[in-house]
Amino acid sequence: MKKEMKAWIYLLPAILFLGIFMVYPLVDVLIYSFEEGYNFASQSFEGYGLFNYSYVLHDPYFLQALKNTFIIVIITVPVSTTLALFISLGLSKIKVLRNFFQTVYFLPYVTNTLAVGLVFMILFKKTAYSDGLVNMLIHLFGGPTVDFIDGPYAAKMFVMCFYTVCIVMPFKILILTSALASVNPMYYKAAKVDGTPSWRIFTKITLPMIAPMIFYLVITGFIGAFKAYSDEVALFGTDLNSAGMNTIVGYVYDMLYGDSGGYPSYAAAAALILFAIVFTITLINLMISKSGK
Amino acid sequence: MKNKIKTFFLYFGLFLWGLLVLFPFYWMILTSVKSYSSYNAEYVPRFIATNPTLQNFVDAFTTVSLGRYFLNTLIFTVVTTGLMMVVVVMAAYAFARLEFRWKNILFALFLSLMMIPNELVVITNFVTITNLDLRNTYLGLILPSVTSVFYIYLLKENFEQIPEELYKAAKVDGTSDLKYLLKVMIPISAPTIVTITILKVIECWNSYVWPRLITDDEAYFLVSNGIQEIRENGFGRENIPAMMAAVVVISVPLVVLFLIFRKKIMEGVSTGGTKG
Amino acid sequence: MKVVLDHLTKKFPNRNKKIKEDVIAVNDFTFEIPDGKLVGLLGPSGCGKSTTLNLISGLEKPTSGKVYFGETDVTELPPENRGVGLVFQNYALYPHLTVRQNIIFPLENLKGDQKLTKQEMNDRALEAARMVQIHELMDRKPNELSGGQQQRVAIARALVKMPGILLLDEPLSNLDARLRLQTREELRRIQTSTGITTVFVTHDQEEAMSISDMIVVMKDGVIHQIGKPQQVYDDPVNLFVAKFLGTPPINVFAARVEKEKLYIGEEAVLDVHGVADGPVTAGIRPEGFLLSKDGEFTCEPSSLEVMGRDTSIVSTHSACEAPAIRSIVIAGEEEVKLLDEIFDGVRPAPESKGKLKFHLRPGKVHLFDVSTGDRIRFS
Repeated sequence: MKKEMKAWIYLLPAILFLGIFMVYPLVDVLIYSFEEGYNFASQSFEGYGLFNYSYVLHDPYFLQALKNTFIIVIITVPVSTTLALFISLGLSKIKVLRNFFQTVYFLPYVTNTLAVGLVFMILFKKTAYSDGLVNMLIHLFGGPTVDFIDGPYAAKMFVMCFYTVCIVMPFKILILTSALASVNPMYYKAAKVDGTPSWRIFTKITLPMIAPMIFYLVITGFIGAFKAYSDEVALFGTDLNSAGMNTIVGYVYDMLYGDSGGYPSYAAAAALILFAIVFTITLINLMISKSGK
Repeated sequence: MKNKIKTFFLYFGLFLWGLLVLFPFYWMILTSVKSYSSYNAEYVPRFIATNPTLQNFVDAFTTVSLGRYFLNTLIFTVVTTGLMMVVVVMAAYAFARLEFRWKNILFALFLSLMMIPNELVVITNFVTITNLDLRNTYLGLILPSVTSVFYIYLLKENFEQIPEELYKAAKVDGTSDLKYLLKVMIPISAPTIVTITILKVIECWNSYVWPRLITDDEAYFLVSNGIQEIRENGFGRENIPAMMAAVVVISVPLVVLFLIFRKKIMEGVSTGGTKG
Repeated sequence: MKVVLDHLTKKFPNRNKKIKEDVIAVNDFTFEIPDGKLVGLLGPSGCGKSTTLNLISGLEKPTSGKVYFGETDVTELPPENRGVGLVFQNYALYPHLTVRQNIIFPLENLKGDQKLTKQEMNDRALEAARMVQIHELMDRKPNELSGGQQQRVAIARALVKMPGILLLDEPLSNLDARLRLQTREELRRIQTSTGITTVFVTHDQEEAMSISDMIVVMKDGVIHQIGKPQQVYDDPVNLFVAKFLGTPPINVFAARVEKEKLYIGEEAVLDVHGVADGPVTAGIRPEGFLLSKDGEFTCEPSSLEVMGRDTSIVSTHSACEAPAIRSIVIAGEEEVKLLDEIFDGVRPAPESKGKLKFHLRPGKVHLFDVSTGDRIRFS
């Protein structure tokens, strides 16, 4: 009995913190999302219902955020995964400088995304003083200059996706390089002895061997991209709604706090909608990966 | 011959991506040493600074409270990481070594919490912290992030690798559970513990969302919020060199940390990176 | 210090949750380990021998029964207060500590008036290290040592507290064959020179027989026989003990007794007085076969194995439980001649059928009850 007590004492801090900041909120957020007319100041509400969900789903800001998020997901996940695969393949083929490249490629992972985002912003931004470096390059090749930060939607979305891809690359390259490195070289030797052409080695040996890792990256990539937020803030500032570049998570936080904040019920409803979307997509992903086997 | 061309293109491609990755860092440093007037005078930005100056760094610390943000982040990072290590090590030890009823059920419950996205719980936590009157306090910043189910899991797995016999031997020698944990388990698991610590430090240093929600008093801003603040209200929108100086200062500690612990960080992330 | 186990029982809940009945790892053990002796607990894996060791060390509490060290009842005492040293199969050395730190570790836990100064600890550690001859390796880490050296460190760590009882859990199993022989002698030497009552667990009967003063043969949580190794070998109480001890193992035949004669197949092979008629199980030790032209027991030769001093004949017999009978014979002049007729090199000669005949040595033939396996004695 004394032993039992000891174990619970060791577990107490973890249980306490998880209880207060994870389990309780989980229940609470559900309740919030059904409480209609919640008033943050008086912490009172009028009744239970689905109004919060309907409000959120009819809010043009939310619909904009939904659209933005989906575009980011659909573009960045395939692009970054494919690109990372090629870079990792390249890395696995070389010996000299390999460590150096790996280190360089991983560097952005540890740096503050807001800090790097700021640099991206000034590279792409057009101001009264300067068109910015990117526009200068476009000009050099004879293209029309455009303000990527405060300009047309397509341009903003381009920078957004470009930046997101850059941000998620380090992780993906790292995972894929270690996956490639863990493929037993015996297989390659055997294939070589059989005179297998290199594209065949790639599609018939390499890809199937690292397929689980690719799937892992796709799933985590989807989840991560659906939760995009701070990268947007880094590029377009905190007022994402007026920039038209908000994401679902951004919408949640804006509803909760900030200039348009103070509506935890709407935030809860939006967060649960996001969770439902992510959950469904992850399930679909898992089903595809299962049937693929 | 064909191989040589192939190799050339391979290296060229890799080099190009490296350049793309490093360029923002170069630009950041470059801009930070350009003087305000010379930067604004360059309609076409130049790739080198003709008259490098450190004035921007002085501005970064004097015009805005960068030093304050720095200190806040340091306190936040050290305390959060320290507390989390204690909580995580204790829980992992209980799961790995101690026997109690409902152990397996409890552990399964813990694991299932890993699937809960932060966005879902942040709403209530925001309300909780507000109601506890902990907005704009260190406590409010720190408390919600001192546990990590994932790290408990990682450490528990690591603890379980330590042979049971070591525990029995220590028991026979009269070693208490706590002493065994401190003198045997933690030293043996040191590599994993160091990895977890570093990953947590990085996470803390870069955290943005929660601090933004919970602080609006500049005296409690962390560096991420500080950058956003600088960008929106800081030096005046156009003093980009000073902004870049601030960004350089903020980035340096992590880059240094990365260069020192490169191997550990990369191994740690590849065994169970969560930032997707 | 002598160790007394008094009706000791240990039950575990069944792993298979559907089975309500507990698993009885140790069932009503009562025996006494005399002071200063080296005792081997011997049995197949899962027989409860490690549990017995854990009960002596205090790592596990018995479900019922008592453990005495000398005259003191230690049943309720936690392991650290029992004064036992414990050595594990995989040595359980702390990998992050040097040899010296490993040996000192138990001493650092001493409290109150037992507390030692740094100097005393060092001296004690060195003394223990000398005893197992690893004093020159004090500043190495365990992973820089060979298996045999690691085992010595583990023994030194167990000895440094000057325990009243030393417990060894499969101490030699992780060593390769050559080192095992060497360490075996070493263990015996250390035990003799320190005079510590030592209990060790092993599944290797040869190991147990070669160094123990006394062996305890157990199976499924039950003690089958306790005694001096040779005595247990010569006079097993049942078929299990007879089969478990000895390499090559005892040869077991389905036999029967008719009018005080033992029949294997159709041949009456031995006079067995005082045994009732009926089927029996007969066990014959490999050295119980005497090669002879006019032997009573005929086997089918299959091969000859000459291994230095021994000559081992492999043969078959339809009544034998195993596919082959192994018999070790002393190859005198007579026998060699006989063997040459039966075998062509190591293979049976073409005309050898029915020529391989043995006399049996009565003392090497044991009879057992067919259903219970209990020994049936004869004169």
